[in-house]
Amino acid sequence: MSDRITLADLRQILVESAGEDDLLLGDIEHTPFAELGYDSLALIETAALIKQRFGVQIADDAIAGLATPAEVLDLVNGTLVEAG
Amino acid sequence: MTTTLTATEPTVVTGIGVLAPNGVSAEDYWRATLAGRTGIGRLTGFDVSEYPVRLAGQVDLDPAGRLPGRLLPQTDRVTRLALVAAEDALADAGVDPAALPEYGMGVVTSNASGGFGFTHTEIQKLWTRGPQFVSVYESFAWFYAVNTGQISIRHGMRGPSGVVVAEQAGGLDAIGHARRNLARGARLMVTGGVESSFDPWGWVSHIASGRLTTDDDPATAYRPFDPTASGYVAGEGGAILVLENESSARERDARVYGEIAGYAATFDPRPGSGRPPGLGRAARLALEQAEVSPADVQVVFADAAGTPELDRQEAEALVSLFGPYGVPVTAPKALTGRLYSGGPPLDVAAALLSIRDGVVPPTPSAAGEDYRLDLVTGSARRLPVRTALVLARGRGGFNAAAVVREFPSTQRS
Amino acid sequence: MSRRVVITGIGVLAPGGAGAKSFWELLMSGRTATRRISFFDPAPFRSQIAAECDFDPAEAGLSRREIRRMDRAAQFAVVSARECAADSGIVFDDVDPARIGVTVGSAVGATTSLEREYLVLSDTGRNWLVDNDYASPHLFDYFVPSAMSAEVAWAVGAEGPVSVVSSGCTSGIDSVGYAYQVLQDGSADVMVAGASDAPISPIAVSCFDAIKATSPRNDDPEHASRPFDRTRDGFVLGEGAAMFVLEEYEHAKARGAHMYAEITGYATRANAYHMTGLKPDGREMAEAIRHALAESRLDPSEVDYVNAHGSGTKQNDRHETAAFKTTLGRHAYEVPVSSIKSMIGHSLGAIGSIEVAACALAIENGAVPPTANLHEKDPECDLDYVPLQAREHRVRSVLTVGSGFGGFQSAMVLRDPREGDR
Repeated sequence: MSDRITLADLRQILVESAGEDDLLLGDIEHTPFAELGYDSLALIETAALIKQRFGVQIADDAIAGLATPAEVLDLVNGTLVEAG
Repeated sequence: MTTTLTATEPTVVTGIGVLAPNGVSAEDYWRATLAGRTGIGRLTGFDVSEYPVRLAGQVDLDPAGRLPGRLLPQTDRVTRLALVAAEDALADAGVDPAALPEYGMGVVTSNASGGFGFTHTEIQKLWTRGPQFVSVYESFAWFYAVNTGQISIRHGMRGPSGVVVAEQAGGLDAIGHARRNLARGARLMVTGGVESSFDPWGWVSHIASGRLTTDDDPATAYRPFDPTASGYVAGEGGAILVLENESSARERDARVYGEIAGYAATFDPRPGSGRPPGLGRAARLALEQAEVSPADVQVVFADAAGTPELDRQEAEALVSLFGPYGVPVTAPKALTGRLYSGGPPLDVAAALLSIRDGVVPPTPSAAGEDYRLDLVTGSARRLPVRTALVLARGRGGFNAAAVVREFPSTQRS
Repeated sequence: MSRRVVITGIGVLAPGGAGAKSFWELLMSGRTATRRISFFDPAPFRSQIAAECDFDPAEAGLSRREIRRMDRAAQFAVVSARECAADSGIVFDDVDPARIGVTVGSAVGATTSLEREYLVLSDTGRNWLVDNDYASPHLFDYFVPSAMSAEVAWAVGAEGPVSVVSSGCTSGIDSVGYAYQVLQDGSADVMVAGASDAPISPIAVSCFDAIKATSPRNDDPEHASRPFDRTRDGFVLGEGAAMFVLEEYEHAKARGAHMYAEITGYATRANAYHMTGLKPDGREMAEAIRHALAESRLDPSEVDYVNAHGSGTKQNDRHETAAFKTTLGRHAYEVPVSSIKSMIGHSLGAIGSIEVAACALAIENGAVPPTANLHEKDPECDLDYVPLQAREHRVRSVLTVGSGFGGFQSAMVLRDPREGDR
């Protein structure tokens, strides 16, 4: 288990969660999930894969509040730092 | 009392999408079928050497290449195939769904085994790694309604929709129900069936029917109406059709393949009743509904179960309806395997193409002389086809019949 | 449409008690039948609650052979079919079998038996190449769920149109709707129609866990299903069946049958939006409701009771509340609306038929079931949901709706047949 999640890790997880898409190729860090075409189901799958790979549990009610990939990275890395 | 449908106008077929083991488009399939080319071969995807059945009809296409990446994590192969077939059918019909009233278009498909491979992957994760490893998409990727739902979403069709299951016969029931929706106010329906369940667990489930042949020669393993028939070969794929009211087709100036002029479904008497099965009755009801007599039928696309007892029952029904050797009978499914819900829509497609081209495809693997049928063996037979009867049976006692008829072109010339 | 369709027999197998009579008593009492899952150890799962049926197939009259070959959902369907047949007083031998058909709705078919078989064949998931030698001879009939409708057809001697309707969680309305249309078309005179699902299995529970659709209120299972309540947090998985004898009106009249209700309108629409998600405006459900009311030639103000889908997910309850307001206007605030899922959970494909049974019994008994566990309404759900207690209420016309995965929304209207010809 890695000690922090990178944007590249997250991009890979996003692809696995909801498929390859040109929208994911650009600079996505601050792009809202809605613009990337991520609905609530895709974000739940994203959270599940993060839990499986990085051991970080994102609370159910927090998932819907995550607006951009940057917010996911902050939340997960913040938790990993605390745990470390 | 006869079966009546409150039809106000004819139901016509304006689009065909085919993904069959012997062809990945309607024209591909039709060329292979007329030439007697089989799509049956040894099952790939996993090692079948330890299983008692090794042949299958597989569609030679990776549908992933035809779909947006976004659809892939959430779909089983069966749904990918169904989406491609539906897209092809709509393109063939020249339909732009965005240009038609959204509540006037619906989707009715049949499906017998859902997204089985997808479930196999997820259930293994559940039992080896735990519930939190199960995909969010499992909740809908595997159930029987998935193809209808995904087709409706992809093409923005919001009208009356549905899903019926009656093993193989369900493929005709879907067409019958789509036609019912047209009679009740819809103008265009996407219908038919597509099947695919060739993961190992699905494979063992197919084998459990007890009706699959254990033969290993792809050319002869599935030989319906042959006295030595030993069972069927299971296949994947099927056909999706675009059905419309005549006025809808006319308004669009659409090319019309033909008309679904009659449809009926029956069920066999309880096992042990001693009374004859219901297939002949379904055929009669469908002919009555189409207001045609058996003498008007130029070809029968048989269910062709591929076991001697079931073949004999079907032959008796046909002989009783048409007389001995009374009508050309064929079973092009001998070249694809039985596709469950995908089989009858594919036969309807073949019937429509027979009408278009004036030719009946052969059943090359059959001998057939024991059943008093005029079986089209060897090679395709040229003859004008105005009316075809398509028969289907499903394990458990399901029977369905459809009458497919030529239709004067609605296209302005 | 000249041919009218009436319900002349009801059979229900629901959590909390077998048979239509116990079912109605449970609804009138407002008790809930949700509890901690007992069929397997639910500890590893997010939601550990379900509405289970205490069902003994032998006691329910199934033979040893029937029990062996049938999945639990098929057993439910057959037992309920026998109950509705007996209730209707119909003598099937007096009817041409060719004029009797069957539809059974089911969202997930024989999932329980499939999972059990899988565990045997795969050595509890260890082997991807499952072992054919251990396959049950009945595996194919679990694999292809139309076997359920074949079982019912054998039970009642049907030889007309027979099929399974499997449109996810609207299967239960759609199966009855399919039979209604078959009768209207004249393809049968009697349809034994309804729905059954028995999905309380690890794979089904984990599916809904994954999308967080089911309630995690594990410390309080009896109060976990809370449709329209501000604190609702998902649906509670259930199981069960309801089957009906549907007859063409003249056929029922000729034999002097008791008529519970007339089905006067039905429609289903697809939202073409999302396989699981719903838009908050409830547009497609409104479209289905409008069509069903129009087919019934019923003014929205004449609806005396609305049986809601009321699954208890955040999204659904707002979605359909919006649809009721769109279609019924001011009357939406006056008509009683309730969700029996608050008491018996959400049995996927079966529940739509069980809800049709509740509607027919509401007409019959002049009372409407409550929404249990509704203590504080969601501000966005501001209708009269009949909280906690059943209510005596004259019901002449009822609207029942369903919504399900795949994006389907269905609506059906039932009317009191004693109201005479329209």
